[in-house]
Amino acid sequence: MNLELSDEQEFLRDAARDALGRVKTVDAAREALEDPAQRPDLWPTACEAGWAGLLVGEEGGGAGLGAFDAMLVAMEAGRVLAGVELLGHLPASALLDAGQYGGLSAVAEGTRRAALLAARPPGGLDGDAWTVEPRSGSRRADAPRAEGDRVSGTVTWVPDAPGADVLVVVTGDGTALAVDAGQEGVSVEPVMRYDATRSLGHVTLDAVHGETLQVTPEQVSHAWYLAQVLLAAEAVGTVERCLTDAVAYAKERFTFGRAIGSYQAVKHALVEVLRRRENAYSLLVYAGWSYEDRRDEFPLAASAARSSAGRALDFATRELISVHGGIGATWEHDAPLFFRRAQLSRRLLGGAGEATDRVAGELLARVAA
Amino acid sequence: MDLNDTPEQAAYRERVRGWLAEHASEAPRENLPEEEVVPARRAWQRRLAEAGLAAVTWPKEFGGQGLGPIEQVIIGQEFSDAGVPGILDVIGVGMLGPTIMAHGSDEQKSRYLGPMLHADEVWCQLFSEPAAGSDLAAVQARARQQDDGSWRLSGQKVWTTNAQFSAYGLLLARTDADVPKHKGLTMFIVPMDAEGVTIRGLRQISGEAEFNEVFFDDVRLDPDATVGGVGAGWGTALTTLMFERLTIGSGVEGLGYRPERFAEAIASDPHAAHDREVRRRLGEVGSELLSIRFAGYRLLSQLQSGSIPGPEAGLAKITTVAAAIEAADLVTDVLGPDALSEDDQFAYITSFLPGLKSAGGTEEILRNTIGERVLGLPPEPRLDKGIPFSELRAREREAIS
Repeated sequence: MNLELSDEQEFLRDAARDALGRVKTVDAAREALEDPAQRPDLWPTACEAGWAGLLVGEEGGGAGLGAFDAMLVAMEAGRVLAGVELLGHLPASALLDAGQYGGLSAVAEGTRRAALLAARPPGGLDGDAWTVEPRSGSRRADAPRAEGDRVSGTVTWVPDAPGADVLVVVTGDGTALAVDAGQEGVSVEPVMRYDATRSLGHVTLDAVHGETLQVTPEQVSHAWYLAQVLLAAEAVGTVERCLTDAVAYAKERFTFGRAIGSYQAVKHALVEVLRRRENAYSLLVYAGWSYEDRRDEFPLAASAARSSAGRALDFATRELISVHGGIGATWEHDAPLFFRRAQLSRRLLGGAGEATDRVAGELLARVAA
Repeated sequence: MDLNDTPEQAAYRERVRGWLAEHASEAPRENLPEEEVVPARRAWQRRLAEAGLAAVTWPKEFGGQGLGPIEQVIIGQEFSDAGVPGILDVIGVGMLGPTIMAHGSDEQKSRYLGPMLHADEVWCQLFSEPAAGSDLAAVQARARQQDDGSWRLSGQKVWTTNAQFSAYGLLLARTDADVPKHKGLTMFIVPMDAEGVTIRGLRQISGEAEFNEVFFDDVRLDPDATVGGVGAGWGTALTTLMFERLTIGSGVEGLGYRPERFAEAIASDPHAAHDREVRRRLGEVGSELLSIRFAGYRLLSQLQSGSIPGPEAGLAKITTVAAAIEAADLVTDVLGPDALSEDDQFAYITSFLPGLKSAGGTEEILRNTIGERVLGLPPEPRLDKGIPFSELRAREREAIS
C-alpha cells in the first residue's frame, strides 16, 4: 500500500504552484468582477506546463498521467482562484483519446483547446435519458440529439466553452461527438455570474457536423465524473487556502487580551475546516485510485468527493469571513472572492447536491445488486 | 497510488490465510452461552499466540514477531473476512504490554509479558476516574508508601473494560499531592484479586455493562509494583496513550460502520429509497463514512513509510462517531419504532455512540489538541500550571461552595 505522493507527483504539484504563483490571480479575480477582460489568460501556462495533454496517452502525444495527477493541478488552481481552462478541457481530452479522435495531438499540445458539453448520465430519480443543465430553474434539460453526423441542441453553463476549438458533445442517448467549434451553426454565448474567475458559456448547436467518437456509454459517463472530481479537487485547494489564511489571522488578532485563536469557539471551527478538508482529500484519493484500479467504483467515489468537497468549500469560505469579522465581508478583503467562487462552483455541473444524491443512488444500487 | 500488497505483504497474507484455512474451525463459535465466551476467547488467544499471530508488532524477545502495523492490519482483514475473532486482550497486548516494555523493570517484563500474550492473565487499564477523564493528570486515587516500602492504595477508577476477568491492572495513582499535578503521579501494577478491590459493572444506555467501576479500599501493593519510577507516572501514561491512539486511529473502520450497512436498511423500504430527503441524508453520511475508509488507508500508508501519525488521526474518530450517529438516526427515521427494538442492531448503535463520543478523551478536548498541535493555534488559558495539586483541589472546593 502506498498513498503518499510520488516524487513525480510532488514535482507536478510544486511546478503547478510555481507556475500559477507567477500571476496575481487573486487580485485579478477582484478586477475581473468589474471588467471581465481582466481575467488572465492562463492557457499558455497550461500548455507550457504540459497540462493540456495530462490525460491523453503517450501514443496520442500526451503525458498519459492519471486522474489524481489532474486533481493535483486542479487543487493548485483552486488555491489561488486561477481560471485555467482544465475543467472543460481535461475530461473532453480523455474522451477524445478514448475515441481515437483524429486531431488528438493538437488537443494534447493545447494548440486546440477542448471543452466538454457534459451530460449527466442516467440514474438517480430522473429517468433513463442523459440530461444537461437547465438555463434556469431546477428541471433538467434534454441533452443535444444527433441525426446521422448532424447534432443540434443547447447546453448551458458549460465550463470553458468560450474560445474552445473542439467541443465534445454528449447526446441524450449517451453517445459523444467531436464538434469543430469554428463551423457555422455553433454559437457560444459567454456568461458570467457572481464569480469572474471562471469562463462559462451557453452553447447552441444547429445541425452542426460532428465526428462520432468510438466510445462506450461508460466512458462517456466517466467524463462527467472526471469533471466532478476536478471540481472537488479545486474545492479542496480553496479550502486549504481558506484554512491557512484564517489560522494566520486567528493567531495575530487579539481581543480581550488574547489571540482569538485561543478561544475554543474559534479553534473548534477551524479544526472543523481541517476535518472537512481531510475527509474531502481522502475521497479524492479514493477517486484517483478507483479511476485507475476499480473503474466501476469511480462514479461513487467521484460523487462522494464532489459532495464532501462542496460542503467543505461552503463551510471554509464562510468560516474565513467569520474569523475575520466584519472586514471579511468587504471588498477590502480577499475572503469574498473565495466565497463568490465557492457559491458559483457549488452550482455547476449538476451542483454538489446532485452529487450527494448520486452517492445515495450508487450505495442503494450496490446493496440491491 | 497503490492499495495493493507488496510481494512480502502478499506472501504474509497468504500465510495468514493458509493458517486460517486450517484452524478457523477452532475459533470460538458465535452465540456461545455468556459464561463460556471469555474462556473460549482466552483459549483462542493462546492458540493465536502459539501460531505467532497474537502480537505481531511485539519484539521477538518478548514472544512477538517483530513485524509492523501493516502485518497487524493484514491479520485484522483476514480474520474479519474469515469471520473469526482476534485476540481477547487488545488492551493488554496493544497498549499495556508495550508500556511495560518501554518503562518496566526486567523482572516485570519476564514475569508479566508471557502470560499476557497467552491470555493466561488478562489485563485492564486503570487510568480514568469520575473526575479525571480528558484531564487525566487530575487523578485522585492515592497511593502512600509505608515504612516497609510497600504501598497502600485507595480510590476509584471507571470505564474499565475487562476488569471483571482481569488478573492485573495498570493503574495511575497520585503519590505526591504537594507538587504540580503532572509531577506527583506514579504507575502501578495492581493484582485484581487483592484484598480491598471491588469491581462493579457499569450499565450503559443499551442496558449492557461493557465497562466497570473499580474501587480500591486500602489495597496493599508490593514495593516493586511501580512501573517507570515514583513520580514519573505521567511519562509512563503518555506511552500508553500513544499506543491507545494507534489502536483507536487504525480501528475506527473496524467498528463496522460501513455505508452499505445503512444503505441496506433503507433499500428495504422502496418508498424511502426514492425519497429526496432520505437520499440527501444518506448521500451525506455515506460520503463521510466512505472518507473514513480512505483516511484509514492513508494512515496505514503513513505508518508503512515509517512516520508516526499525529493527533490529526483523531479527526477520523470524530467523523466516524458523528456520521454513524446520523446514519443510525436516518435508518430509525425510515424504519420507525421497530428500529428501536432492544435487540435491533441500529438500536444498539443508537445507544452505543453517545458514549463513544467521549471515549479516549472528549471530542472537545480532541479538537483543542488538534487545533493547538496541528494548526498551531494558541493554547487555552491554563489555570493549573505550576500549582500543587493539593492547592488546586482546595481552590476547586472553595469555588463550588
